Amino acid sequence: MTATKAPTTLYDKIFDDHVVDRQDDGTCLLYIDRHLVHEVTSPQAFEGLRMSGRKVHAPEKTLAVVDHNIPTTDRSKGIAEEESRIQVEALAKNAKEFGVLYFDELDIRQGIVHIVGPEQGFTLPGTTIVCGDSHTSTHGAFGALAHGIGTSEVEHVLATQTLIQKKARNMLVQVDGTLAKGVTAKDITLAIIGEIGTAGGTGSVIEYAGDAIRALTMEGRMTVCNMAIEGGARAGMVAPDEKAFAYLEGRPRAPQGAAWDEAVRYWETLRSDEGAHFDRIVKLDANNLPPIVSWGTSPEDVISVAGAVPDPDQIADEVKRASKKRALEYMGLTAGTKMTDIPLDVIWIGSCTNGRIEDLRAVAKIVEGKKIHASLDYAMVVPGSGLVKQQAEAEGIDKILIAAGFEWREPGCSMCLGMNPDQLKPGQRAASTSNRNFEGRQGYRGRTHLVSPAMAAAAALAGHFVDVRTLG
Amino acid sequence: MQPFTTLTSTPAPLKVINVDTDMIIPKQYLKTIKRTGLGTALFSEMRYKEDGSENPDFVLNQPAYRKSEILVAGDNFGCGSSREHAPWALLDFGIRCVISTSFADIFYNNCFKNGILPIKVSQEDLDKLFDDADRGSNATLTIDLESQTIKGPDGGTVTFEIDPFRKHCLLNGLDDIGLTMEKAPKIEAYEEKLKTRAWA
Repeated sequence: MTATKAPTTLYDKIFDDHVVDRQDDGTCLLYIDRHLVHEVTSPQAFEGLRMSGRKVHAPEKTLAVVDHNIPTTDRSKGIAEEESRIQVEALAKNAKEFGVLYFDELDIRQGIVHIVGPEQGFTLPGTTIVCGDSHTSTHGAFGALAHGIGTSEVEHVLATQTLIQKKARNMLVQVDGTLAKGVTAKDITLAIIGEIGTAGGTGSVIEYAGDAIRALTMEGRMTVCNMAIEGGARAGMVAPDEKAFAYLEGRPRAPQGAAWDEAVRYWETLRSDEGAHFDRIVKLDANNLPPIVSWGTSPEDVISVAGAVPDPDQIADEVKRASKKRALEYMGLTAGTKMTDIPLDVIWIGSCTNGRIEDLRAVAKIVEGKKIHASLDYAMVVPGSGLVKQQAEAEGIDKILIAAGFEWREPGCSMCLGMNPDQLKPGQRAASTSNRNFEGRQGYRGRTHLVSPAMAAAAALAGHFVDVRTLG
Repeated sequence: MQPFTTLTSTPAPLKVINVDTDMIIPKQYLKTIKRTGLGTALFSEMRYKEDGSENPDFVLNQPAYRKSEILVAGDNFGCGSSREHAPWALLDFGIRCVISTSFADIFYNNCFKNGILPIKVSQEDLDKLFDDADRGSNATLTIDLESQTIKGPDGGTVTFEIDPFRKHCLLNGLDDIGLTMEKAPKIEAYEEKLKTRAWA
């Protein structure tokens, strides 16, 4: 008699496959296949190794790239801002000393760490991937178990290639239906966060499924998984399929020949079994999904572009009401104002959420032959990587954007978190394709509205939000 | 890492939900290559006015709370960025315990790596602790990790849950990496298994 194995989820399978050791209390030592490193969260980790005389356990499984601090203007003459320069130099030195492959700011392969991983085929289905950056969840789009870690954990992974973990809960987000024209992966992911709240996924790993997720390109799936962290989830993932394999095949770090065939055979088994247990299931109807805009200072503060700024006085809980009132005050908004009536100062397009080629194509399509609105202070496009920039330029996207009045920059994180000179000024209001609208995130007292690239492009032309479904 | 056993202090109330790590330590302070010295930057955008002077309305600027080692905060504390600079800044300021109804996963993990105890309590208990904290220097809380209790100023006790392994490491100030390195043979065995996968 053969025992029937209980059905398991995609997350269960990848987690179980990587357990090196399991203690009686359930604490596991998880093997890490891929470690991405950037300049902001790694200096203290390398210093820790140095002080304790430890080495990087598996340098070939580690990839370092500079992204957070670097200017997006000409970098051939070095970095003017001293602290940023020191941090970048520290990464270059550490990578060399510990034998880790490093893409510097002049390398065509350089870019935002979460765009570089997939681009290089470093990100693969069925692997565990970590990085000292919360948006590591992006890589889950390929059916990898990928999550952000702190600097102490970066040091732990560098030293041991493992991470101490306890199993998270399984959460399923099922998105079925067909998106309306102009409605995108970004609107799906913002709507989910609006539904579950920024703590909704705490302690869970989210699997995104349903025909609307299947219909997304790999770029779109990366956008959805990228913001799993904004829903509080430890990771987001999508079962790998033909689209994932087609995206990866032939990439520099992807397996080749017989190894590729063997890999695909394994990757095809990576899906949640029929009847697998999910601790929570959330459903979203793609058919009726509008373009989404954020109004407050948390990614859960979202509403349809056709809606109006909500009234916090309607919230019963005192602490929550006070927090949302504070958000409106910070944003300089009044309850009841139609979202399409809010005038904008800055348009920013880029980030690990929306800095890929498909995002730039969507923007170019809307602004081609037109001009950004005269009332804007500026509109800026920052490609997610050197290779995205190169591809866009090969397609003539840069010329379309520049002709429309956009600034065309060098790749990096830029204004998504404003560690480099690209920052909002106090009071400036931006439509941004990034992932966080926190107070001060894009610049001291700056005001951020999160939107899709198409929505940002349409807003650039009008000087205010526009429902992209109404465009011709 | 400094062990955490017991702690007695006036708790500071921060009645804000979704306190994100950008709020705890804004980006301009992330350019450091050290772990120390971030205490003055803790909550800087709420704590200081534009001219750099202290904002007297902010809780940690008020006389009763300037030396608080316990922070009581609204739901979902520490969400957003993975920056460990957030617990480094709390610790450098002197805060060794944060109490809330929930914490974001990465922040929660990061606390334990730095000898900070994050305590999850029910909404009812949090409301009670907010009331205690509102009394300023007239009220202190005593946290005892071994017995997993918070003793209030009026003799009331709140118990809390904590993962036994994390508790053990915190009580003894244990270094994770050292513990994991003792399992090197198991890591090697796993890597042997990986060799059978041509693609891995």
